[in-house]
Amino acid sequence: MEKILSLIEKQPMLTPAQIAAMLDISEQEVAETIERCKKEGIIKGYRTLIDWDKVSSNHVKALIELRVTPKKGRGFEEIAQVIADMEEVEAVTLISGGYDLLVEIKAKTFQEIAMLVAKRLSPLDDVYGTKTNFVLRPYKVSGVPFVEEDKDERGLFL
Amino acid sequence: MNYDKLLNPVIVAEKPSGIRRFFDMASTMEDCIVLGVGEPDFKTPWSIREAGITSLEKGRTFYTSNSGLIPLRKEICSYLSRRFDLDYTTDEVMVTVGGSEGIDACMRAVLAAGDEVIVPYPSYVSYGPMARLAGATVVPVNTKAENSFRLTAEELKAAITPKTKLLVLPYPSNPTGAVMRREHLEEIAQVLRGTDIFVMSDEIYAELTYGDEKHVSIASIDGMKERTILINGFSKAHAMTGWRLGYACAPKPVLAQMLKIHQFAIMSAPTTSQYAAIVALSQCDEAVEEMRSQYNLRRKLLTSELKRIGMPCYDAEGTFYVFADIRGSGLSSEEFCERLMFEKRVVVVPGTAFGDAGEGFVRISYSYSIDHIQQALRRMEEFMNGLKK
Ligand SMILES: Cc1ncc(COP(=O)(O)O)c(C=O)c1O
Repeated sequence: MEKILSLIEKQPMLTPAQIAAMLDISEQEVAETIERCKKEGIIKGYRTLIDWDKVSSNHVKALIELRVTPKKGRGFEEIAQVIADMEEVEAVTLISGGYDLLVEIKAKTFQEIAMLVAKRLSPLDDVYGTKTNFVLRPYKVSGVPFVEEDKDERGLFL
Repeated sequence: MNYDKLLNPVIVAEKPSGIRRFFDMASTMEDCIVLGVGEPDFKTPWSIREAGITSLEKGRTFYTSNSGLIPLRKEICSYLSRRFDLDYTTDEVMVTVGGSEGIDACMRAVLAAGDEVIVPYPSYVSYGPMARLAGATVVPVNTKAENSFRLTAEELKAAITPKTKLLVLPYPSNPTGAVMRREHLEEIAQVLRGTDIFVMSDEIYAELTYGDEKHVSIASIDGMKERTILINGFSKAHAMTGWRLGYACAPKPVLAQMLKIHQFAIMSAPTTSQYAAIVALSQCDEAVEEMRSQYNLRRKLLTSELKRIGMPCYDAEGTFYVFADIRGSGLSSEEFCERLMFEKRVVVVPGTAFGDAGEGFVRISYSYSIDHIQQALRRMEEFMNGLKK
C-alpha cells in the first residue's frame, strides 16, 4: 500500500494498469487498495496546483501564527475546528515553537486578510496573540517548483 | 590543402555519427520531448559533490600519481570485492578519464596491426573506431533479438580465427539493455579457456541491473581474470558523467602497458573527481540503490506501455534504455525516428546508430521523470495509432 501511495502522491495521473506494471501486482489489487484508502480517509482528495500569480493579481495569501490558550481536557481541538470552518482558511496546523496554530488564508486583497485577522481571528476568546505573514512569492509548493525549472542541459545522445 | 588526403585515413574513414544532424535539428525545434540522452537525470549525490568542494577548499589541485590516488584505488578494490566478488589489488587498478579512456588504453595496449577484435552489435559507438585506430580489424557479431541480444557461444565460436586477439563484452548493454547472467558468461568462458584471447569487459552499467540476481563480472569466472580487462566508472551508477572518472582493472603485465599510454596521453585523471569518488564508493551504496529503484519503476512503466501501443521491447534487464521493436510499423529505424520527431515532437534514437544490427529497433532512454515519460508515451501512442490508419 505504501508503494502505491508514494507513487500516486507525486504522479496522480498514473492509471491502475500502469501502477500495477510498475509494482508487479495486479490491476485489481491496485484499484482495490486505492478504493480502500479513499474509504478509510487515507487518500484525502486530488487537487490541481495552480500558480494563480500568473493568472491575475487578485490572489493573496498569508500565514497567520496564533497563540492560543488550550482548553482543559480538549486542548486545541475546539479552536482549531472553529478556525478550520472559516471559508477563507486553506490550512490549519498545530505547530511547536513560539506559536501554537499556523493558519493559511487565501483572499483577494491584503486588506481582506488584515480585516479577517482583526475582526474574526483576534477576537476569538482563546486567541491571545497573532502574527500575520503575507506570502510574497511561492518558490515551491507541495514539492513542485513554482519558479522556472533548470533546463535539461543534457545534450549527448550516445 | 586537401585535408582528407593528408590526414590519417583511418580516422578520416570513420563516419561521424549520422544521427548528429538529426539531433541538431531536434534541439532547434520547440516543444520536443526528448528520450534520447545516455546519462542519468539525477544530480550527483550531495555528499560526493561536497567531497569535491572540500578537496578544492583544501587546495588539492595537483596531479595525482599516474595510476590514481591510493585511497581511491583501495576503495575501488573493496567495492569490486563487496559488490561483485572480484579480487583485485591496488596495483591492478588504474584510474582513468571515464570508461572512455579505459577503452582506448585497453585497445592500444592489447592490439597491433592485423589483429582481429570481436565486437557484438548493436553496441556502444566507440569500440569499433578505437579498435581500428589501434590498427586492428573489427569482426562484428550481430546479436539477435530472440536471444535477448546476448552473445551466444555459437556466435562467438563462429567469429574466432587465428588472428583473434580481443573480445569486447559490452554487458549490461547500451543500447539494448541486455544482461549476461552467470550461465551465459559460463558458456562464453568455456569457449575462451585455453585460448590467448583477451576480453575487454565494459561493465559501466554493472550497478544498473534489475531482477533478483545482481550483475556478474566475467572476471569472477574461473580462468577469466588472467585475460580480462575490466572497464568501469562513476558516470552511470553514481550519476557523475561530467566528472569524467572511471577505472580499468587488469593483470599487472597488461596494466603496465596501459599505464604507459595513460601516462603519456593523460598524466593523471582529474584530482577533484578522484577525491569525490572516494566518497562515492565508501558512502553511497544507498544512494545508488535509490536511483536504481527509480530507474526500475520507469523501466516497468515503459516496457508495459510500449507493449500496449505496439512497440514491444523484450524484457531489458539492465542499463536505463529499452530497445523497442518497431518492425511492425513498416518503417526503417531512421524513418521511424524522423517521422516521430516531425509529426509528434518526440525524440528517440534509431537502433542503427549502434550498428546495422539495430535496424528495426529504436533506443528509448528512461533517465527522465515519470511525468516526462508519460507525456512522451501519449504522443507515441498517437503516432502508432496514426500509422495503423
Ligand atoms: C557502454 C558504455 N561504455 C562506456 C561509456 C563511456 O562512459 P564514461 O566515459 O563517461 O565513463 C558509455 C557512455 O555512454 C557507455 O554507454
